[in-house]
Amino acid sequence: MKISTRNVGDVKILDVSGKITLGEDTAELRNEVKTLLKNGQKKIVLNLADVNYIDSSGLGELVSCHVTADSQGAKLKLLNLTKKLRELMAITKLLTVFETYEDEASALASFK
Amino acid sequence: MKMAATNAIHMDLLTDLRYLDLVDQVSHSVTKVMGFDEDRIYWIGMSVREGVINAMLHGNQMDIGKRVVVRFEMAPSSLAVSIHDQGRGFDPACVPNPVAPENLLKPCGRGLFCIKSFMDDVSFNRQPDGMEIRLLKRLASE
Repeated sequence: MKISTRNVGDVKILDVSGKITLGEDTAELRNEVKTLLKNGQKKIVLNLADVNYIDSSGLGELVSCHVTADSQGAKLKLLNLTKKLRELMAITKLLTVFETYEDEASALASFK
Repeated sequence: MKMAATNAIHMDLLTDLRYLDLVDQVSHSVTKVMGFDEDRIYWIGMSVREGVINAMLHGNQMDIGKRVVVRFEMAPSSLAVSIHDQGRGFDPACVPNPVAPENLLKPCGRGLFCIKSFMDDVSFNRQPDGMEIRLLKRLASE
């Protein structure tokens, strides 16, 4: 998994690519989000367009990131779910937990 | 000579998560050869992977001295995958439902639910030497 971060106004966008699976991958994402929250970031978007595989541990990690952000008064939203990830999140009812967006402009606008 | 109706591939693995990619590759090859479509190849692969993760993590408690045996049985109309660990076993009826409102925000507990969602039949067999989970996918299933 690779993560690159960029700022758009006061929103931090994390472009995630590769696999989010049990082990180091999930730890990397968790640490990245935790660092942002520690630095006071309140608006975070995970761009998952290039995530080609996620397992149940990866799903769990997204949930953990969401819960941690929420507990610190921050918002974490998901952008560009792949068809497979959307299907998986629908089955596991996680689409009811996350705000998800299909384009970056809508995701950014949702914070205003 | 009469041909056997079922081909089988047997993997006898140490409890080490580094073997997950190998299991993925075998699952992908087997399902492709059998003629499953790309979507089903993906979901079967994920189910097998989740089963092996459960076997290593929860069954064998990551004890590298214990083994996980994965067996792919390719029949003309279906694929059966059995995953056998050497753990104490569990009662599947006692596994919390991850889509219940009180469990939605929990970080784990979705693996078995995913397996049941994507396979046609899932059965559990608690044996003296461990736990076996058996996954079935029919070629003709929806």
